Amino acid sequence: MNIHEYQAKELFEKFGVATPGGSVANSPEEARAAAEKIDGKIVVKAQVHAGGRGKGTFKNGFQGGVHLVDSADDAAEIAGKMIGETLVTHQTGEEGKLVRKVLIAEAVDIDHEYYFSIVMDREHSAPVIIASREGGVNIEDVAENTPEKIITEVVDPLMGLQQYQARKLAKQLGFTTEQMRPAAKLFLSIYKLFISCDCAMVEVNPLVATPDGQVLALDAKFGFDDNALYRHPEIEAMRDPEEEDPREVEAAKFDLNYIGLDGNIACLVNGAGLAMATMDIIKHYGGDPANFLDVGGGATEEQVTNAFRILCGDPKVDAILVNIFGGIMQCDIIANGIIGAAKNIEINVPLVVRLEGTNVAQGREILANSGLPIINAEDLDDAAKKVVESIA
Amino acid sequence: MAILVQEDTKVLVQGITGGFGGKHAQLSLDYGTNVVAGVTPGKGGQTFGSSTPVYDTVAEAVAETGATVSAVFVPPPFAADAILEGVDAGLDLVVAITEGIPVADMMRVKAGMKGSSTRLIGPNCPGVVTPGTGTDSNGGCRIGISPGYIHKRGSVGVVSRSGTLTYEAVWQTTQLGLGQSTCVGIGGDPINGTSHLDILKMFQDDPETESIILIGEIGGNAEVEAGRWAQENCTKPIAAFIAGATAPPGRRMGHAGAIVSGGDDTAQAKKAALAECGISIAETPSDMGGALKRAIG
Repeated sequence: MNIHEYQAKELFEKFGVATPGGSVANSPEEARAAAEKIDGKIVVKAQVHAGGRGKGTFKNGFQGGVHLVDSADDAAEIAGKMIGETLVTHQTGEEGKLVRKVLIAEAVDIDHEYYFSIVMDREHSAPVIIASREGGVNIEDVAENTPEKIITEVVDPLMGLQQYQARKLAKQLGFTTEQMRPAAKLFLSIYKLFISCDCAMVEVNPLVATPDGQVLALDAKFGFDDNALYRHPEIEAMRDPEEEDPREVEAAKFDLNYIGLDGNIACLVNGAGLAMATMDIIKHYGGDPANFLDVGGGATEEQVTNAFRILCGDPKVDAILVNIFGGIMQCDIIANGIIGAAKNIEINVPLVVRLEGTNVAQGREILANSGLPIINAEDLDDAAKKVVESIA
Repeated sequence: MAILVQEDTKVLVQGITGGFGGKHAQLSLDYGTNVVAGVTPGKGGQTFGSSTPVYDTVAEAVAETGATVSAVFVPPPFAADAILEGVDAGLDLVVAITEGIPVADMMRVKAGMKGSSTRLIGPNCPGVVTPGTGTDSNGGCRIGISPGYIHKRGSVGVVSRSGTLTYEAVWQTTQLGLGQSTCVGIGGDPINGTSHLDILKMFQDDPETESIILIGEIGGNAEVEAGRWAQENCTKPIAAFIAGATAPPGRRMGHAGAIVSGGDDTAQAKKAALAECGISIAETPSDMGGALKRAIG
């Protein structure tokens, strides 16, 4: 799950992470009010879940989703050109993204830009800090071209980040003796946020030093551990459904693990590994998967029916493949779910079904007696071939 | 021999009075597995099914029944604590079936387990099966959620990050008549107790295991790490399948661990690296048995 930049700023403020002042605005009037609280230069930033905003273009012709202005009047005028308009960047695709809010923030003078991130690292089974003196640029390029400029520090999961580690990092990054304490304090507060919010990743790029001796987190990207969202309703509330694929939003309502893709063969599978492998084998036989869908082990008939509704509601879908190897999942539940779906919605594309595992005999019998035009498959290979053939 | 668990291994089930744990405890009993106890805090003194005693704590269950292995079916918010309780009670093996445990919890569990003699398998895994020799492989040790009938006692060791893909590999090797020594689902989470490599080493040392199927997916480097070790140290034929060739980068594909984050952890990169290690690659999930046959020669 992603959050907006203004929400990241709110999290920073909550955990005492030093960051330039600012607030979110939903209208030019709100933008003016927010800008009036700022001394000096003001930056106006369009809030969408996509990178490359500065170099983006609005569909109304207005250039750039990030602007530097001198007055509250100018901030209001720029906000007016952004809010309600569609911004196209290299990450949004041609359709672009509708801007509903802008961030009005204090613009700071920058002495130097750094990179600082914390990730939950699987190799160490621990949080690992990755930092570099080369900030404000693409960190993958730094790692590729000048790996010696990447600093890593492994944090003991039971002890947490120690103060000496934060000071050591500050000096390794080239902060001066005067800057060391504010830098270390910033690192420790980002770590506290990372742990307290069950983050999978926090990436601050850039983290900056200013000419007047401050060390600030300027822009950040967050990744949250979906498994831990149950204990963070405040973070779950930051979810912006407008920024997500509507098919995925709908699937999430029914606890279905769905990811939309661009192909035309929909699949409904139990188990994440098998769901991925089913997409792979469709591709192997020349088809193109429309989605990843893991109905999970404990799916009910209602969930299966809703899964079908979502698949059939996608205009790109030309055929459906159901691939079930029941372990926790029972084949008879899937079969009844399919019949339940067929009663309520018209399944007007070829439907290939492969069932194996727990209660397979009952499942096959239910489908055979249903009178539905189902194409039965013997095994996964047969299923993939048949679904690709069905639309050839 | 088989690895990790044998036909007579004494098993306890944590979370046996819940719907999910209870259903699979009963299926294991029906399979002929020696399920000797259940544990649910606050329900000590009850009986599960016809005669399985339920205890309040793992320590009591171990003292009374001599169980050495636990299956954890406890819901995610309480699962980390349940695993640590099994470790504290001195179990040889804890198999955590639970899906959806916060990664930070598992990180602490793993750090807290350092120096203990308990092995953790999972979490978010289908469990461990050493098939029996009866009809539909009954009489074996089934820990977790795998359908029992698809197994057949035999010579193939199966290790996998995915549940349902494990079933595919098991079913294919059963249909080929090879059967399985032991099937181990190590789980789909980014932080787990036991790696592909750990299990590969056990299969290498197990006389009953004659060949190995290794199933992985996108994300991390555990499969390649295992492959590199096998190239130098494993004398048994290995076939591998890596799921996720069509997964878009940066998206979490169901399993918390299944996310392409660099360039080295794509399915294509892993398959190429494993092939270099002399491992037979299954191009599709339905070719796992076929790839193994090619490896055996």
